[in-house]
Amino acid sequence: MSGKTEASKTIRQLIFVVVGMFGFGFAMVPLYDVLCDVTGFNGKTAGKYTAKEVQDVREDRLVTIQFLASNNANMPWEFRPKVRTMKVHPGKLNTVEFYARNITGETMVAQAVPSVTPFHAAEFLHKTECFCFEQQQLEAREDLDMPLRFIIDSQIPEAVKTVTLSYTLYDVTEQIGLATN
Amino acid sequence: MSAVIEEHHHDGHHHGPDKGIMRWVFTTNHKDIGTLYLWFSFLMFLTGGVLALGIRTELFQPGLQIIQPEIFNQLTTMHGLIMVFGAVMPAFVGLANWLIPMMIGAPDMALPRMNNYSFWILPFAFGMLLSTFFMEGGAPNYGWTFYAPLSTDYAPPSVTFFIFAVHMMGISSIMGSINVVVTILNMRAPGMTLMKMPLFVWTWFITAYLLIAVMPVLAGVVTMMLMDIHFGTAFFNAGGGGDPVLFQHVFWFFGHPEVYIMILPAFGVVSAIIPTFARKRLFGYDSMVYATASIAFLSFIVWAHHMFTVGIPLAGELYFMYATMLIAVPTGVKVFNWVATMWQGAMTFETPMLFAIAFVILFTIGGLSGLMLAIVPADFQYHDTYFVVAHFHYVLVPGSVFSIMAAVYYWIPKWTGNMYDETLGKTHFWLSFIGVNVTFFPQHFIGLAGMPRRIPDYALQFADWNMVSSCGAFLFGFSQLLFLFIVIKCIRGGKKATDQVWEGAHGLEWTIPSPAPYHTFTTPPTSMKEAHG
Ligand code: HEM
Ligand SMILES: [Cu+2]
Repeated sequence: MSGKTEASKTIRQLIFVVVGMFGFGFAMVPLYDVLCDVTGFNGKTAGKYTAKEVQDVREDRLVTIQFLASNNANMPWEFRPKVRTMKVHPGKLNTVEFYARNITGETMVAQAVPSVTPFHAAEFLHKTECFCFEQQQLEAREDLDMPLRFIIDSQIPEAVKTVTLSYTLYDVTEQIGLATN
Repeated sequence: MSAVIEEHHHDGHHHGPDKGIMRWVFTTNHKDIGTLYLWFSFLMFLTGGVLALGIRTELFQPGLQIIQPEIFNQLTTMHGLIMVFGAVMPAFVGLANWLIPMMIGAPDMALPRMNNYSFWILPFAFGMLLSTFFMEGGAPNYGWTFYAPLSTDYAPPSVTFFIFAVHMMGISSIMGSINVVVTILNMRAPGMTLMKMPLFVWTWFITAYLLIAVMPVLAGVVTMMLMDIHFGTAFFNAGGGGDPVLFQHVFWFFGHPEVYIMILPAFGVVSAIIPTFARKRLFGYDSMVYATASIAFLSFIVWAHHMFTVGIPLAGELYFMYATMLIAVPTGVKVFNWVATMWQGAMTFETPMLFAIAFVILFTIGGLSGLMLAIVPADFQYHDTYFVVAHFHYVLVPGSVFSIMAAVYYWIPKWTGNMYDETLGKTHFWLSFIGVNVTFFPQHFIGLAGMPRRIPDYALQFADWNMVSSCGAFLFGFSQLLFLFIVIKCIRGGKKATDQVWEGAHGLEWTIPSPAPYHTFTTPPTSMKEAHG
């Protein structure tokens, strides 16, 4: 045996690894977010878009865009797109509206989370205005038309003929700390 | 060699174990702790087995018979958790405790007191986990992979107990692994260089590092769940800015190395048994060590092969596909070496050898279905079907579990001083071998035909093979009672074992008397001639 000190040195090193790996687990959270932002993994769309230059409108191309709205479980609101599908020219600014209604008797706050399929189309969908950029607070039985303005980038690959933009509506009333009654 | 052997007729005053139950509660003796781990593991194996038979009973016929879907989900979840963390992992820790000191010529594990704690945490962890069956809302029902938000927003209240149970198991494994590493690094007898260590010691050395690296990540992911559930964070809640897919990345970063944690020590066991009964040295010792190390390394960079269908960019799919297939190379090296060891050997087929050979064949079948799953476009079809269930049961049951049984038959004469009943042992082997294949081979077919996993009811076209599978499961399950009987019979008596036990056995553990005295190698052995086979 090479003595106690040798052993305690090994133990210290191993405990250091244990603590380090516990930290690494948590470090995966910001790492993952950075990766998603950079690459558009997961169909996450970017935040508010401000055009760097005016894009040429591709009059020769039409891309179908489909809108989906769904509620996360336990979210009672009525939530739907006013048009389900449209054909747009890449490079052109479009506006659509989503409809939301709080069918409950209480004030609630909601957050919509977008997702794009196919995933690699996410970086070509630019939103200049979106209800998902902020939370929506609706009084009991109040309703609201929520605008979405977007441009499909004129550089979107030719292979992409259809893009699906889906929103899931989450109840965040409790997280916001709004009194529920 | 007689100088290294401790007095056979020990005097009992200083060297023998304490009497009564307190011996087991306070013991710091590696052999006692090894025994405790092995019995605990067997108890969990039977518990998990009962749950599995519940599952197979419901799946015997299509339609809902006796187990309601809510309970069914609890059965699949608890079966997986108990088998992985309660049966397979503790069994290997038990073998490590018994064998590593005897194999490297050390008197005990380096940290005996901690060794006692690591074991005694486990009964509490599993007691807590099992108690969730009686709680409001029932036991965990979100699968052994506990994907969030199913395991957070939609989980029964018992999830908090589940989280603490996982924390306790993690602490136990980490302490056990630190012990293994420190023992191997600091307690080897003079002359026992690293490259002379038996492969079982090597594979455990590497496994211990894997455990130390990934158990903290598992602890991290359940901690995040705990925070999401109770402290209003949103790691995995998209509404609050989190991401459920993140859960899968963190989980599988732990999860894939975890599956190798359950197989590397098995490689070590088989590498000890095959040379003994082939009466040849292990073919390619060095390449075995390097292959084990490469498998361990690769296991960190392939995790997303469990997530091909969540939506990864094409480049990611390709990378994870090729990286996963790369693991087949070092695995293939091992299989080749085992076969080459048997080649032209003077083979005999005692029970440990039968289990070891079955391991080589059936584990390879599991590896091949793994390769099929690694093909991205194919996995889009196979994912979450019974084909995956067939894959991982082939690597885990006739893989890990068979290796544990082989190890018990191989070393039990050393532990008890008695030979087990060879006829019964062979009977146990053949019943298990038939049972395993009848249970899991048909699951390939129903999986390819599209039957999803984790469902209590299924379409009519899957009925026949499910019935076959259920029959196999009952055969396999009840055969294990025979195993229990054989072990107890062997403890109570039987033909006396010689010190070497097996004609072809080499290694330090075969130089000490049978049964192994309570304390061995209190003075280190002097000759390393016998180190590995
Ligand atoms: C050549 C080696 C292997 C390859 C290529 C491989 C590949 C894969 C792939 C691609 C999957 C994901 C399938 C899906 O969910 O669609 C998978 C699942 C799995 N594998 Fe393997 N595997 C190998 C060896 C092993 C070993 C040695 C073990 C354990 C001892 C193992 C245990 C598992 C488990 C438990 C799962 C399922 C996890 C779950 O979803 O519950 N595999 N394997
Ligand atoms: Cu894996």
